[in-house]
Order: sequence, then C-alpha cells, then structure tokens
Amino acid sequence: MNGVAPNGVAQEGVAHSDVAQTTVASSGHPVYELSHVGKTYARNKVQALDDVSLTLHTGSFSSVIGSSGCGKSTLLKIMAGLIPPSSGRVVLQNDAVTGPRRDIGMMFQQATLFPWRTTVENIVLPIEIRDGRAAAEAAKERAHQLLDVVGLTGFENVYPNELSGGMAQRASICRMLITQPAVLLLDEPFSALDELSRDMMNMELQRICTEQKATAFLVTHSIAEAVILSDHIYVMKPRPGRLAEIVTVDLPRPRTLDMITTPKFGAMVDYIRGLLDKGEAL
Amino acid sequence: MSELKATAASNVPHDPTQDTVWVENVSLIDRIPRAVSMALVFAAFIGVWQLSTSLGLVSAIILPTPGETFRDIIFVGKNLMSGDYMLPALWITIKEVLYGFALAIFIGFSLGVLVGETVFGERAIMPYLVAIDTMPKVAFAPLFVAWLGFGIESKVALAAFIATFPIVVGTAAGLHAADDNARMLFKTMGASRMQTLIKMKLPMGLPQIFTGLKIGAVGVMAGAITGEFLGGGKGFGELIRVAASQLQTPRVFSLILYLSLLGLALYALVTWTQRKVVFWQKDTLGGSHE
Repeated sequence: MNGVAPNGVAQEGVAHSDVAQTTVASSGHPVYELSHVGKTYARNKVQALDDVSLTLHTGSFSSVIGSSGCGKSTLLKIMAGLIPPSSGRVVLQNDAVTGPRRDIGMMFQQATLFPWRTTVENIVLPIEIRDGRAAAEAAKERAHQLLDVVGLTGFENVYPNELSGGMAQRASICRMLITQPAVLLLDEPFSALDELSRDMMNMELQRICTEQKATAFLVTHSIAEAVILSDHIYVMKPRPGRLAEIVTVDLPRPRTLDMITTPKFGAMVDYIRGLLDKGEAL
Repeated sequence: MSELKATAASNVPHDPTQDTVWVENVSLIDRIPRAVSMALVFAAFIGVWQLSTSLGLVSAIILPTPGETFRDIIFVGKNLMSGDYMLPALWITIKEVLYGFALAIFIGFSLGVLVGETVFGERAIMPYLVAIDTMPKVAFAPLFVAWLGFGIESKVALAAFIATFPIVVGTAAGLHAADDNARMLFKTMGASRMQTLIKMKLPMGLPQIFTGLKIGAVGVMAGAITGEFLGGGKGFGELIRVAASQLQTPRVFSLILYLSLLGLALYALVTWTQRKVVFWQKDTLGGSHE
C-alpha cells in the first residue's frame, strides 16, 4: 500500500464499520496504521483487545481514553513494538512493526532518568544504545538544541536528582525526540506531577509537538487533558478492550488553559464522560 | 513576672509578639554533641573497668588494668612501627584478608550475575548457594587446612568462602532492583541483554552490591583470623593465640585492637569506594527522590 495518499485519508483512517468514520480535517498523510488488531492473553484466556483499527496522521495529536482494564496500555505496548498482537496489522511508515524501533519515541509516567548520567548523557542514551558512544557524543549537539526547545538550557551537565519532577519530564521529552521518531507514544506522561505542573507541561507538550510537527499518541485517564491536547480522542470500552467512538475535537489551535472554562470544552468533556459511563455499565 | 504580664494584658491591646514562643523540649542528654557523648561513654567504660580491677572484683590474670593494657598497646604500636617481628605477622594477615576479599569479590560477583541475570541460575544454582550459606562456614576450616596446608592459602580460602555469599546475594538483589519503567525504556530503545545489564541493571544495583561488599568485608576478617587460629601459620591470629595461651591478656587486648583497626580500614575503603562510584546515592533517609 502507498501510505502517501493525500485525499484518501479518511477512508484509510478507520476501516472498521461500526465505528464512526473520522472526518479528519488534518492535512497530514497516514503515518501509523492499525487494522483489526486483537490481543488475547492465552494463559488466562483474556481478550485484552478486540478488532482495533486506527490511523494516525502526520502532525496530529490523538489520545486514547478509557477506564482501567480497557486495554489501552496493551494497545500502547503493541504500538511500541513491545508485545506482538494476536491478530491484525500494525504498520508504521509502510513498515510492519515487529519490535522496538528507532522511529518510535516513547515517554512514560516516570521520567526514568538515570542518576549516574548527566541530563545531556541521559538524553543521548537512545543513540548510545543504537549507534554506540561516538554517535552519542556527536548527538550532544542536537541534545543541546532540544534542551533549548524544552527550556532546560543550562541544565545540560546537571545530574537528575537536582531536577524537579517537571524538569525531569522535560528532559525525558528530549530523550524521546533525540532519535527524531515518526510517532510519539505518551503513556500518561505527566500523571505523576502535581496538577499545576501538569497543566503547564501539557501546554509545553502542545508547543513542542507543534514546533516539531510531531505525530503524537497519548494514553490518559484525564478527559480534560485529552480534550485540551487532542485532535482526535479514541474512547475505549473494556471487556474486551475495543474502540467505542472517535471524538474529533475542533477547538482552535493553539489551545490555551482558558479554553477549559468555555461551554464548548465543557460539553465535549461531558459527552466523553457519558461515553465512558456507558462503557462502565456494560 | 506573671503580675507584669497580667497588667500588660489588661491595659494594652493584644500584642502577638509578647506571646511565649513554643519551643520543642529537647532533653538535656540529647543536646550533648556527638563527640562529647562518645567520650562520655568511653570514660564510663574505662571507669568501670578500672574500678573492677582495682577493687579486685576480677582476677588480674583474667582482666588486666586499663593502664597495663594501654602500655601494651603502646608497646605493640612501637613494635609495629619499628618493623619488628609483629609487622611481618600483620602483613601476612593483611595479605590473607586482601587476597581473600579479592577472590570473594570475583567469585561472588560472577555467581551473583549468573544467579541474578539468568533464570537457570536462579532456579538451579541459588538453592544450593542458600543451602551452603546456612552451614556454619567456619566448620570448613579443617578441610581447607587439609586441602591447602598450613600456609596462607587455607586462610585465604576460608576468608573468601565466608565473604562470597553476601556478595552473591547483594549482586543478585542489585540486578533485580531495576524498576519496570527502566526495563521498558531499555526495551523500547532496542537495547541488547548485555547493554541492559551493563548500562542499566548493574549501575542501578550498585547500592545493593556495595551492601554485600560491606558485609563481605566484615566476614573476610573473621575468616582470616579463624583460619589462623585453626590452621596455624605466622599471622596476627597466631600472635593472639600464643599470647592467650601464655595468659598475656594485655597483649591479647592490644592485638585485637590493632586487628579491629585493620577491619575498620577495610570497611572504610569499601565505603569510600561506594561514595566515589555510587555518587548519586543519598546516604540520608530524606533523599529528594525515591
């Protein structure tokens, strides 16, 4: 298949029939495509994911939201190439995902910076692992630029235990970006931060993603966080984990924290909460 | 005083600065500085010791006076400084301890990685190690003497034998210390098993590994001296044994003191290395993270 099909976006997007077709307004072409992905854990015969199809377009920001046990972390692990799906196809940049790849960037709840490495050494770690020490040394130049992007200039040679939680997550954003991945997978990246830092980091994330023209996929528990950041929100239902609906957020960009108080925002949050409650009742 | 307060309260509007400041009550004994409290305990110890000897509560053969002991400590110190017969004996013991410790680190670390990193090691080797570890290891001393003779080798072997197990356990525990996030991160970066071990698991496990080394450092001293008691030779343990058999109790005490200095030095060396290598580890309980 030719991934670059500028007009064929929506059709390629969600082939799954009982899911509302995305009327994707974003200009990008498909980068990441999942079609009919299922995951069954054989040992306990639990169906974690059932027939999930979704498409991420370049430069778009998507979120997946759902109650715990709806399979969203399984979905993310499959997308990261950490575990294989039981069925279906996972294709990134026209290439089937069969394991961890350098064009997949990932970020976790914890910054997980290693305390024996300085900030910049932590950031070039993915390069060091994949290409060796010399390449990592060469990548420090780019690491400095990225630190500048996230506003951490001057903290290059500081050890992580001197960084605050928010600063550590900024550094881990740099570590994710250093390999110039085609897609960013964000696993509740700021949920360990306090609410104020969390709001601020979400706005920072938006700015960085826009600047880097990044394609991002966020797993979150927070409806408000999903709405403020995303172009599309995939609402999942549990037992078996499946996509219930794709909600398109048409708030203008750049989004601001003030938007949280607007009626439109509130209506959207209410709508998604309604979907989630229905999922719970099932 | 209370009168004055009362009049002030009735006439002037309430002034909060006049309120008594609540001060936490720290008992007198807790306010003594560390050095002073240590000196106090030491003085009390010497006092009781002096009293029990001068009142004749204990026979002088069993317990020498503090003065006698102190004189003998000076004597042994001078002997060691001048390079007389005690210095070679001390040197033999130092060699046993260092060789034993090096051997224990090598074997303990290798076994620890095997047990901590491989499923086979954990399933098939760990149970045997635990079984051997529960045995009184000193009981193996006669065997080591029979196998390796009365020289330094049998002492090195016993010392290493005792010190190996804590290092195995520390290393294995250290390799399990890495959290899921770190493991997942390394997986997403496509790290090989070797890279994961060297760049993540081992450095993360260093605090536990050093705990094992510290316990090992204590064990290695005990092993070397026990080996000398049971297997002869020309080390410091032999000097103690001879002095004790001649009822030279002051000498026994002063030799033990110098031995404990050796043990302390080894422990301090390990602690110092840990500070340098695991520089990120907070030794206070209130570390900013974790």
